[in-house]
This record gives sequence, C-alpha cells and structure tokens, in this order.
Amino acid sequence: MAVSVKIPTQLRPATGGEAVVEVDGSSVGEVLDSLYERYGELRSRIAEDGGLRRFVNVYVGGEDIRFLSGLQTPVNDGDEVTILPAVAGG
Amino acid sequence: MPPESLRCKECKTDYPLDARYVCERCFGPLEVAYGSREGIDPATIKRRIQAGPHSIWRYADFLPTSGQGYALPAGWTPLIKADRLARELGLDEVWVKNDAANPTHSFKDRVVSIAIARAQELGFTTIACASTGNLANAVAAHAAAAGLDSYVFIPADLEEQKILATGVYGTNLVCVNGNYDDVNRLCTELSGEHDWAFVNINMRPYYAEGSKTLAFEIAEQLSWELPDRIVAPIASGSLFTKIARGFGEWIELGLLSGELPRFNGAQAAGCSPVAQAFAAGRDFCQPVKPETIAKSLAIGNPADGPYALELARRTGGSIDSVTDDEIREGIRLLARTTGIFTETAGGVTTAVLRKLAERGEIDRSERVVAVITGEGLKTLECARGTFEAWEIEPTATSFEQALAKSVVAA
Repeated sequence: MAVSVKIPTQLRPATGGEAVVEVDGSSVGEVLDSLYERYGELRSRIAEDGGLRRFVNVYVGGEDIRFLSGLQTPVNDGDEVTILPAVAGG
Repeated sequence: MPPESLRCKECKTDYPLDARYVCERCFGPLEVAYGSREGIDPATIKRRIQAGPHSIWRYADFLPTSGQGYALPAGWTPLIKADRLARELGLDEVWVKNDAANPTHSFKDRVVSIAIARAQELGFTTIACASTGNLANAVAAHAAAAGLDSYVFIPADLEEQKILATGVYGTNLVCVNGNYDDVNRLCTELSGEHDWAFVNINMRPYYAEGSKTLAFEIAEQLSWELPDRIVAPIASGSLFTKIARGFGEWIELGLLSGELPRFNGAQAAGCSPVAQAFAAGRDFCQPVKPETIAKSLAIGNPADGPYALELARRTGGSIDSVTDDEIREGIRLLARTTGIFTETAGGVTTAVLRKLAERGEIDRSERVVAVITGEGLKTLECARGTFEAWEIEPTATSFEQALAKSVVAA
C-alpha cells in the first residue's frame, strides 16, 4: 500500500526537508517502520520501546490512532498519515 | 530574573527564546526558563510589585516579556471571601477568584496578553489560535487592541454568545466542522506552514506563563500568604499546572513561606480524560470524544494531562469530574451564594468543590480558593429552565394574587 505521511516542521531536518513522504505499509506500524528505514534519525526522535513517545500524535485521515487500533490501525492505498506534536492547544 | 531560554520539560535541552514549542530531540513541551534568582532580596521584589500597575504587568519580574506593546490590561481580578458558600458547604474559609472580571471575561486575557506581547517583540504581524471559545474572544480583542491581523479557529458548534463576542472585534473567524481536538490538529498543521503567532501552539511556552499571574494575585490578595487548597478546572491542564508553578516560584524566592497548596482539578464527566487517568492510577491520558455542556473544557486530548496528574498526586489533591446536571447546579450554587454568575467551566469547579466538601475531603479549617475562570453570560443557555418567572397583568391585584400563590406554594 502506498501511503503519504505528512511530516511536521520539527522533524523535517530528519527527512532532508521533505514535508510529505510516500512509503509502503499495510498498518500504521509498518508505515512508520518504512519511514524509519528511509530516515534513520526519525526513529530516535519519535519512537520509544517499540511504540511512540508520549508527546507524539499520529492520525490516519484526521483521526487519532488511539481511537482506532493504535499502531495496528490498517491503512489503505492513498491514505494520509499525519505525525504531529501533542503539546499544542488549550 | 530575565528569561534565559526555552527548556524541554522532559530532556532539559535548551533553545533560544523564539517562536517554538516542541523539543526537536524528544518532542517534549518547552517551558520558559529564567536566570538564577539566588541572592535576590524578596523585599525589593515585593516593593516593586506593590508599586506596579493594577494588572498582570505588576508581576513582570516573573514573566517572559514586559508587555509594553499595547494597552488592554488583564488581571488584578477580585478575590472574594465567599462566606455564604462556605457555610453551605460546611467549611470555614472559601475564597472565589473571579476571573470573569477580565477585559473579555475569562482568564484567557492573561495568557493572550503574554503571547501577543512576546509575538510583537519577535516581529509577528498576524496572531492566530485554536479555541474552545474564551480564547477566541481574547485573541480577537487583544489583536484588535494591538493593531494586528488575527485568525481565530473554533469548532462550528460553539455557544452563540462566544461566536458573537469574537466576530465583533473584526477578526478572521474560521468555524471548523469538527470538535476542538480537530481544530487543534488543524492549527498545529497550519502553524508549520504560516508565519503566524499561534498563541497556544508556537507561542505556547510564553502564553502558558500568563496563568502564573493567577497564583501571584491570589497570594498577594491573601496578604502574601498561601491558601491550603486550590480547586481549578482542567481542560489542557496548562492553567492548573501553571498556578502551581507561580506559587512555587514565590516560595523558592522567599516571597511566600510554606508548602504548595493541595491541587484539586475539576473536569466535566462528558470530557474527563485526566480525571479518568487519575482514578485509574495511570500517568498518561487516554483521549476521549467530548460530550458535555462545558464546551470551554471540552479538550479530549489534553496536552498537559501528565503534568496535571503528577501535580494532583504530589500535593495530595485529586482530579474529579461532575455531570452536566451537577454543572448546572454548580452555576446556581455559586450565583445564589456569592452573586457571581459563571459559565459552565465555573459550574464544573463549583460542583467539584461541593463534591469534595460532601466527601469530607476538606478539613473545616482549611483556606480554600476556587478559581472561577469565566463569565455566565457566555453560556446563557445553561441557565434556561433552571427557574420560573411570574407572569402578571400590570395591576397591583394581579401581583398580590401571584404573591399569595407563591407563598402557598412555598
């Protein structure tokens, strides 16, 4: 499945400035793994103990994956995955 | 004690004092760090505060900007001794900090003042925010006072009063078909693409510091003493934790003696991710889909949730939630015992205070401060149907008949 991942500005130094990256995967976890394979530095920034750091939010089609199936959330061809900092708002 | 850096609350990495809010190493939140206060004479600081203006700017020594940019002064709101409320709750000393008495009638004037003053120093000409309503009012008004453009993003289903009281200032009002968490996600994305000062996103470290002034005022109004307990609402958890930071800074400096008060957080049952985490003994919040009349607290994904949990536990407090009916009763309780008409968030706070008192968690002799963050006229719908008016003909007879009927009914 080809999925586009939107990269927040804070992580773009780790993707060579790319704001949207196309990667393959059938779940959010696989998508992130493909992303880490391509940009090794991203893993240390947002991943922790096989999951995500607590101040990282991930969305599929605008929905927080914690309302879906977390990293097991399935993704389909053309879906949009968004990574964002969690510390905004209020 | 000038601000020194933005420091990550998690990994302590320092960053320059510009428009940023996230640690690039660990994604943790950034907070303003100040220079050492060692060797500073508290008496000198106290005199400087007392000679200052009757607004948040009297506490400029503890803020990341001196706020000289424009005039719409916030803060210095009344702290009222609520004896009739205390009696009804079986307590001796209850105070109400009425932050509805701000320029746009909520505590948001404090935080927005700091964010916009700093944004001006950094050269921004456009201000923006993601809001549950009160922030929308404040950003639109303060941007107008400062002569800056503004974009205010709100959930489309907000109370009409809050929408009208935002649009009137001439802002670009953007109603988003979604809840607050959707609005916040959208604005977080937009903040990376537009060179705007989003007060609660890229300006958030400065903005959040504004809530410390609530603690400073409460302490000063209590004749430089600490309360024993604070009851305050939790939406993102920023206000709750920053009130503690304010007290902490003054204790450290020697302006106050004693320990931090107990911190009791108040949430609506229909949006209580922090109260649920507290009850379950978790140190993180599971996000929820909000369903409550307390729209100003309807944040299902609270940014400072982990820190609010830590504060409540560390000080021996708690985080409780109340139902929509209890919120309406809370609004009525505060109104009929103090003459203060608060919005739903204040109903949440008052209802939680009542719950704590009824549970016997508050010692009778404690000095309790309830932080009332907003104005009842903004959520008028919640007062509808909670009382009956008499309808009479314009004659004395008609009035006397109605009066007799009401006496019988009573």
